[in-house]
Amino acid sequence: MPTNLSARLCTFLLSLFLIAFALPAFAGPFEDAVAKFANEDYSDTDEAIGVVASSGNKLAFPIISALQDGRLMADPDSKKVYVTGTDGKSIDAATGEPVASVPDSASAVRLNNRLRRSVDAALGSLTLQSPDLGARLQAAQSVYKSHEETALEPVEGALAKETNRSVKTALSEARAAILLFKSDATEVQKLEAVATIKARGDQEALALLSDIGTDQPASVAKAAASAIGSIQSSLAVWSTVQNAWYGLSLGSVLLLAAIGLAITFGVMGVINMAHGEMVMIGAYTTFVVQEVIRTRYPALFDYSLLIAVPLAFLVAGAIGVVIERSIIRFLYGRPLETLLATWGLSLVLQQAVRTMFGPTNREVGNPSWMSGAFDLGQITITYNRLWILVFTLAVFMILLAMLRYTALGLEMRAVTQNRRMAASMGIATSRVDALTFGLGSGIAGIAGVALSQIDNVSPNLGQSYIIDSFMVVVFGGVGNLWGTLVGAFTLGIANKFLEPVAGAVLGKIAILVLIILFIQKRPRGLFALKGRAVEA
Amino acid sequence: MTSHMLTRSLDRGAAIFLAVVAACGILIPLSNLLLPAGSFLQVPTYLVALWGKYVCYAILALSIDLIWGYCGILSLGHGAFFALGGYAMGMYLMRQIGTRGVYGNPILPDFMVFLNYSKLPWYWHGFDMFWFAALMVLFVPGLLAFCFGWLAFRSRVTGVYLSIITQAMTYALLLAFFRNDFGFGGNNGMTDFKDILGFNVQAEGTRGALFMLSCLGLIVSFLICRAVVSSKLGKVLIAIRDAESRSRFLGYRVESYKLFVFTLSACMAGVAGALYVPQVGIINPSEFAPGNSIEAVIWVAVGGRGTLVGAALGAIVVNYAKTFFTSGVLAPYWLFMLGALFILVTLLLPKGIVGTFNAWREASKERRPAAATASAAAEDGVTEPKMAEKRS
Repeated sequence: MPTNLSARLCTFLLSLFLIAFALPAFAGPFEDAVAKFANEDYSDTDEAIGVVASSGNKLAFPIISALQDGRLMADPDSKKVYVTGTDGKSIDAATGEPVASVPDSASAVRLNNRLRRSVDAALGSLTLQSPDLGARLQAAQSVYKSHEETALEPVEGALAKETNRSVKTALSEARAAILLFKSDATEVQKLEAVATIKARGDQEALALLSDIGTDQPASVAKAAASAIGSIQSSLAVWSTVQNAWYGLSLGSVLLLAAIGLAITFGVMGVINMAHGEMVMIGAYTTFVVQEVIRTRYPALFDYSLLIAVPLAFLVAGAIGVVIERSIIRFLYGRPLETLLATWGLSLVLQQAVRTMFGPTNREVGNPSWMSGAFDLGQITITYNRLWILVFTLAVFMILLAMLRYTALGLEMRAVTQNRRMAASMGIATSRVDALTFGLGSGIAGIAGVALSQIDNVSPNLGQSYIIDSFMVVVFGGVGNLWGTLVGAFTLGIANKFLEPVAGAVLGKIAILVLIILFIQKRPRGLFALKGRAVEA
Repeated sequence: MTSHMLTRSLDRGAAIFLAVVAACGILIPLSNLLLPAGSFLQVPTYLVALWGKYVCYAILALSIDLIWGYCGILSLGHGAFFALGGYAMGMYLMRQIGTRGVYGNPILPDFMVFLNYSKLPWYWHGFDMFWFAALMVLFVPGLLAFCFGWLAFRSRVTGVYLSIITQAMTYALLLAFFRNDFGFGGNNGMTDFKDILGFNVQAEGTRGALFMLSCLGLIVSFLICRAVVSSKLGKVLIAIRDAESRSRFLGYRVESYKLFVFTLSACMAGVAGALYVPQVGIINPSEFAPGNSIEAVIWVAVGGRGTLVGAALGAIVVNYAKTFFTSGVLAPYWLFMLGALFILVTLLLPKGIVGTFNAWREASKERRPAAATASAAAEDGVTEPKMAEKRS
């Protein structure tokens, strides 16, 4: 069959010839490749994508992403290609020079499914080397999730150039994920990959290792199984740590809300149902402070909370003193009536705030030092929760010191322990009462500043905390701040550990039922005051 | 002699009250049904339903007064018993809908079909029978109150601690009933009722009959409370209210007395809820809201705690005021008024309207000539018990 052979030879030579001619175009300058987009030919477009993506030119990313979005315009007559930006401005794709307008003869470069895949791959490898750190990290993570074999080469390329440590880790994890799913990877490569992913140790590593399939070599399957086991046990530990952290965070919020109540209830035996509204007033004080700062002194925004804390203390404290002088002092010795009167007061305060500020949520911003989060092992800690915990403990310590080392604190403790004896010793109990109530309310106001950072600032803000605060005080016991501390953190942590088991609502119900049962056992709380004085 | 005068004199206020309630119970439905619509004396149907609601609130107020006014137990969770009674009735009404629901399922209520229940939960069985539902109206609140009271009173949880844990109880129930998988319709509750005992709940005749029944319920509750507080048992209750430790030292089993009256009161609240639901046509978890229970307490305080007539009157007056003010231009100020009511009543009118009126009449009698002194002195012991100055 000579004819056949010669025909084959002919074809071969012809293609060799063609390639020889085409090669300069491949290796040629960036501009030539860009011009190929204007050829209205799918294989030319494909070649152009490959060349542009590997060119290292800074225009590569805009061009390919424009191509993906149908914003790459090509003029078949002049062989000029333009990138239309999302803002409507256009540039010349080959030079990057801005152009006034794209000619009418230009049309968007068309794609088919095969080309779309090349565009995606090209974009993936381009973002892997993007100058933006966040974009690189994200690209590496998306490769990790998709573990497409085609991404192996770009990932390895990027890995070689990468200098940032966390991106480097992400890239090597992505590489490991690809190798693990690559059917022709060697056993050694796969074992190394398993080790890399095991070191990652999170939920996603677990998911990846769990679906590597059954067609793996025995040693790899075994290594994966043991890695799954060790990841699971370390995840269990971390989830305990995470629950504990959430519990501490919730406990600090509860403590902050309850601490003022503990003082008024402990010293005066007064159930202040309007306590939640003092918290709300503190939150609205923060709102007003931030509004003033926004309109007058925007530079001070980061200090807004520091300014709001003393102000909220003064505003809520002053309102507290007024309430004590005008209502509560007439009701001493009648705790049930006090409860009703202060409930009425809470309705009035809520409605007053609703009338002044409107019924909807108000925007209270986070200063820069309170927003964001950082990772600690496998858990994420947000700055606002961390600061609230720190702040709560600081308030607690200051209060404790005040009770112990100041004259007012001494008088307050005396009145708590034995009111009549204290009065006989010359303590002006009514003055102590007013100041105590003011102090309790002021601390509720401070709590409002902190809670405005994590909760909606609305007229109902206080109501959502009042029952929880009572539970904390009743659980912890009256007249002892340490009881409140222990009560708040116990309830917070118990709540967060019950939540994953029973669900948020059932967990809360379980806590309430447990407290009701606990009260039966210890009617005066965890740390009850002993002595005849409390036998009322 | 004294006890004879006691019953007679006490009955005067009570008799007027009962006569008025009975007259309203008969005349209002009759006027609604017999007189032509639009006539001057005809009571519109919406008012019958509205007043029926007030009468149910009055029963709830009576039940709170029985424990707070006469035994010193301030429950901030009585709305829970009211709502439980309402839910028992609501379950009966749901089962009566049958195939007329949106999904037309003969057994499962609409919300269960919607939530993909395959069969009726066990606690829904029996509620297709009225007698069973009626029994549950008494039994469920009674059982909860018995268990709760047994635990609380035995370990001597008193005063504000008790108030707070009753509030926690109703709050826990509120959260529980909001859940869809709890089997009581989640936050939508139950509504769209059709029949009660074969009568259309929307029909004017049924509404009239329900109103009449509510008045009857109020009369019966009043008589029961009256019987309890004027018996020897009632005297012990008052002794417990005024000096719990002393009563205990005298040899009374304080917790048993408290438990009895608390359970009785919860059953009454359950009946009030059961009468309430067919008249308003809906029951949902918001009835468990702690705010509702506290509001019910203020009705009693306004009317006069420790006076049964006062409690019922307070419920009707405050709720009438609420309807009046929340429907007009004054609506944004209603909460100011309600709040001020709480504060002013506790500060200035601790005995409530009826209690203050009684005290005033008492004082004017004592100023009468010496001839009347003897009878006045006899009556002194029989009027409503005075409030202790200090109580915990």
